[in-house]
Amino acid sequence: MISFLVHAACFCGQVTTQLPVALSLFILTLRGLSSAKTANRGNLLGMAGMLLVIAAPILMASRNLLFTKPSQMYFFYLTMCTLVCGGFIGYRVAKKVSMTALPQLLATFHSLVGLAAIFIAWAVQTSPYTFGLIGSPEEYFLSEINALELAIGTVVGAITFAGSLIAAGKLHGIIKGTLSYKGRKGVTLTLALILVLLIAFYTICPCTHVFCPILAISLMLGYLLIMPVGGADMPVIVSMLNSYSGWAAAGIGFTLNNILLIVVGALVGMSGAILSSIMCKGMNRSIRSVIFGGAGATTAPTCSGTTQPKGNVKLCSGEDAAIILKNASTVIVVPGYGMAVSQAQHALRELAEALQNDDVTVKYAIHPVAGRMPGHMNVLLAEANIPYEDVFEGGEINREFSTTDVVLVVGANDITNPAAKTDPTSPIYGMPVLDVGNAKTVLFIKRSLAAGYAGIDNDLFYKENTMMLLGDAKKVLETVLRSF
Amino acid sequence: MMDFGTGAMIATIFTLSCFTGYCVVLRVTPALHAPLMSVTNAISSVIIIAALQVTVYSAHGEFGEVTTARWLCLVAVFLTIINIVGGFMLTKRMLSMFETKKKKPGND
Repeated sequence: MISFLVHAACFCGQVTTQLPVALSLFILTLRGLSSAKTANRGNLLGMAGMLLVIAAPILMASRNLLFTKPSQMYFFYLTMCTLVCGGFIGYRVAKKVSMTALPQLLATFHSLVGLAAIFIAWAVQTSPYTFGLIGSPEEYFLSEINALELAIGTVVGAITFAGSLIAAGKLHGIIKGTLSYKGRKGVTLTLALILVLLIAFYTICPCTHVFCPILAISLMLGYLLIMPVGGADMPVIVSMLNSYSGWAAAGIGFTLNNILLIVVGALVGMSGAILSSIMCKGMNRSIRSVIFGGAGATTAPTCSGTTQPKGNVKLCSGEDAAIILKNASTVIVVPGYGMAVSQAQHALRELAEALQNDDVTVKYAIHPVAGRMPGHMNVLLAEANIPYEDVFEGGEINREFSTTDVVLVVGANDITNPAAKTDPTSPIYGMPVLDVGNAKTVLFIKRSLAAGYAGIDNDLFYKENTMMLLGDAKKVLETVLRSF
Repeated sequence: MMDFGTGAMIATIFTLSCFTGYCVVLRVTPALHAPLMSVTNAISSVIIIAALQVTVYSAHGEFGEVTTARWLCLVAVFLTIINIVGGFMLTKRMLSMFETKKKKPGND
């Protein structure tokens, strides 16, 4: 029996059988996400693929348990303990985290991929022989091409790690403000140049004295790239770091000539790149300006030219809002980050149900950059049991605003700003926005009249048909609900 | 085999994988972009394989030998397993939210 298991394990452990199966499973995982029905199956396939990948070396090694002294295998047991402990931590974190905190959790996860890439690269640096990169332990130096790949893997890993950590800190509100100083571009470019020279030197002389400066400069570069990026650009940054974590994995794959890592790294890298480009389109920012340090974001708000005379703002109470909503026949809800912050999605769903009982049609319009990461709003609405079919993407529903009675904007601002269409001097000019103003009545739930993340005023607040409900989104929605 | 260097083969595989990734991810519905990010995060932690091969057994059969490289790889195993389990569990949790329809109102 044991011998059968051992033979089965050896068969599964062989790269020829394991590699194509695991890769197909990973591609099917991504494919499954094309619809909500198949997504869960896809996720299970991904887990199976990962299990296959992890189990193979463990089973191969456990074969040696039979004819090796236990004292010699203590590192094997240590690895098992690490797997169990780490797995437990991951499980707890995934179960406990609130959906509002999703972006920072994912950024932290990306930083872990980057850090792991650094550690593996470092391990390769200390002992290339262990990884089979050189023929014998005596021959110390890596070949030039291996050294180049190792250096690139390290650089991408380090930038991912430092950048994601900063992004997570910013999203969590630990790191406040942005870094801006004169000659930022110059400093970044100089560092990049030094890095390129060091890498060139490293290919000739792959020793620790060159490896450490490469690592340090890459970490610094990661910090300098992400630190100046403002809050509004976070959806782009989170998806860009997702992409980087994939390229880091691919970089390690190139170093070790491991096809599995190269393919998976490329898949993940492309996925992140596509998400970044979608987010960029949603904000009308070029992908270049974000990749090269989000230069536009920090300078744009300061030169905002919207200094028109402010009109009167019509404030409205919860009772008034309830009456307006009840008399409507169609309502479109536009959620924004404010909804996420005050956890208002459950109150929103209760309100929507109350309205639907009064035969009011309720739909939801989601702008691509409404949350702090791609798809953030959809998850929050789904968390509150809001049916998937009632939720529409911005492009699909934008024409319907003109035939809608009431638009309820919950904690969103810039994504509804008409200045993006009318005012060429506005920093968000050209960004696709939701034409909320075309509806008969607009109800804005907002904490204050302060400008949004892009730092610009919203003309919509002063329009005839706009009513403002100031306060925390959840509390306001509860007041409205009570007056029903 | 054709006369086809390892470098060229790896470059080909990499390029084709990029295209595969592009085609597959382009079809993901925007509503599921958050689960997409969390599942890609989990599968990019497949770099665990590079570390595991060193920690559980060395490719060259030195079982007892404990080197700096092995300790470094152990740290990498720890970091990536958090990611793998966390990423897949998070995706599962998110997807289960998308599944629950009007059936159970009021409680989560």
